[in-house]
Amino acid sequence: MIDKQEAKRKNLISLAAVLAFLLLVLALDQIIKPTSKMYMLLTVLQKGSVYALAAVSMNLLNGFTGLFSLGHAGFMLIGAYTYAIFSIPSDARDTVYQYFDAAVRISFPETLGNALGGFGTALGVLLSVLLAGLVAAAFAYLIGLPVLRLKSDYLAIATLGFAEIIRAIFQWKKLGPVTNGSNLLKNFDRCSTFKLELGGATLSLSTFVPVLIATVCITIIVLLVNSTYGRAFKAIRDDEVAAEAMGINLARHKMLAFCTSCFFAGISGATMAMVLSIAQANNFKSAMTYEILLMVVLGGIGSISGSVIGAMLFISASEWWLRGLDSGSFLGITAPTVFRNGFRLVVFSVIIMIVVLFFRKGIMGDRELPEVLAGLRARRAKKPEAKEVQGNE
Amino acid sequence: MLKIENLQVAYGGIQALRGIDLEVPDGKIVTLIGANGAGKSTTLRTISGLVKAKGGSVTYDGQELLGKPINQILEAGIAQVPEGRRVFANLTVLENLKAGAYLRKDKDGIEKDIQWVYELFPRLQERSWQLAGTLSGGEQQMLAVGRGLMSRPKVLMMDEPSLGLAPLVVQGIFEIIREINRQGVTILLIEQNANMALKTADLAYVLETGRITMKGTGAELLADESVKEAYLGKKRT
Repeated sequence: MIDKQEAKRKNLISLAAVLAFLLLVLALDQIIKPTSKMYMLLTVLQKGSVYALAAVSMNLLNGFTGLFSLGHAGFMLIGAYTYAIFSIPSDARDTVYQYFDAAVRISFPETLGNALGGFGTALGVLLSVLLAGLVAAAFAYLIGLPVLRLKSDYLAIATLGFAEIIRAIFQWKKLGPVTNGSNLLKNFDRCSTFKLELGGATLSLSTFVPVLIATVCITIIVLLVNSTYGRAFKAIRDDEVAAEAMGINLARHKMLAFCTSCFFAGISGATMAMVLSIAQANNFKSAMTYEILLMVVLGGIGSISGSVIGAMLFISASEWWLRGLDSGSFLGITAPTVFRNGFRLVVFSVIIMIVVLFFRKGIMGDRELPEVLAGLRARRAKKPEAKEVQGNE
Repeated sequence: MLKIENLQVAYGGIQALRGIDLEVPDGKIVTLIGANGAGKSTTLRTISGLVKAKGGSVTYDGQELLGKPINQILEAGIAQVPEGRRVFANLTVLENLKAGAYLRKDKDGIEKDIQWVYELFPRLQERSWQLAGTLSGGEQQMLAVGRGLMSRPKVLMMDEPSLGLAPLVVQGIFEIIREINRQGVTILLIEQNANMALKTADLAYVLETGRITMKGTGAELLADESVKEAYLGKKRT
């Protein structure tokens, strides 16, 4: 009973922390103007939340279910394209599809926006995002039927192959009326245009929206991982034979994990399209999957908060903190001329190697942030306690 | 009663079971002994539905189980403790037990059974929040047995629970097996440790290269010359 109350209290604290974080982001969104030097912080938050969601969804598969899949970029691509295709306003469609005759002519944000006003536009965006996830999950189901019979490395190779095939198909000229071939999709509803008008005042939501989407999705994944299904996933990861003997249907649960993971990968792809305001198949190369895998590994395989931290650190370092190295100066130090262009990447790789060497299991291992914080607090509290005990004796 | 008739299993061209007959009466401890590769584990895995049979029948209280999916066999009341413990190493002891109750939906019943398992194995309660991978071999075996009990089985099949454990721990495990049996769970025990198994069992079968070659009460087989020679390590004279 005490355990349950304790758990409830902890959940409330986590919820409060998440809400506080969202409010902070909303506030930052208003305070920091695009001209400000600190605007990089918002860019990092936008891109970081996209990658955090992608990393967490990959962790659901690789870390919690033990299915080593490398098809993430492919599913993000599907998500990004689905979102873009269903969000381009009708008058912009012919400019975007300049070489083709656009086949899909429905735009959810526009249609609903015309019918219901501003609220409708938001609803339309939400609908497009959900559809992006669903289409990615549907593809995952079809791909999963044959490949989920494979294990470990073989599964990784097969999914990697499928992701590349998807990228090739989306750039195929014959599909041009839908995907615009190898040309990019643009002019759809994007983050920089998201605003909320409240009695004369205009609130900018350009950072808040991607962060909100990522937060909601990650919360859902956390709930899933802690449910009976999550326990079944972890059981499959630890021992397939024993899991099967407990009556856990391996094929069904693997498929469920795969589709769920790809659903959220699709949403993350849609959010990425929103953030970058373009969708182009060429961006979703297998290198993107490796980046996401790197975030998962850096953060800790099997730790959701680890994946988020990994993604945020990765994006901050590569997009912001180490930028100065390319121009030859960093923290007031001027680098020798030879190192200038691309020096950032060299330093970045060295940092990654150091992290991997000193944190063998990633930054968080397989623990979650609340656990780690509670552990730290307990350690700090322990010292005076120990003295007290001695005093009593 | 769990009844096995003319059960045949083949892995590709290799005939693992060549038509065995086995009866596990309710409330008894039945043991199946035999050398490596005799087909003991295959028998167990076939009953639980992990391996497909070539022919024969497995019935429990007249209900045919052969060919049914694993979850239905579990729901019929037949659970297994797999060979080599196979606990979920990165889950806590409590989570392992909950995973064992995966097919059950009655929250209160599960809660009650967790307490029941903790009474059987007080050691597990002490380690409730510990990761299963950090337990000792004996504790892991306890956990594996406890996890098997979490589906509230009528028949619990155990595949070599003494594997790789110290003699003293093995004795403890066998005591627990008797205790579980006293509480009304029928037990089908597969063992290499013929001595302990025969002493514990009410009924015993000897399996050799896919055939049942001998059956009787535990005491009968324990006294049998050929069993002594082959499995109990009596010196040839």
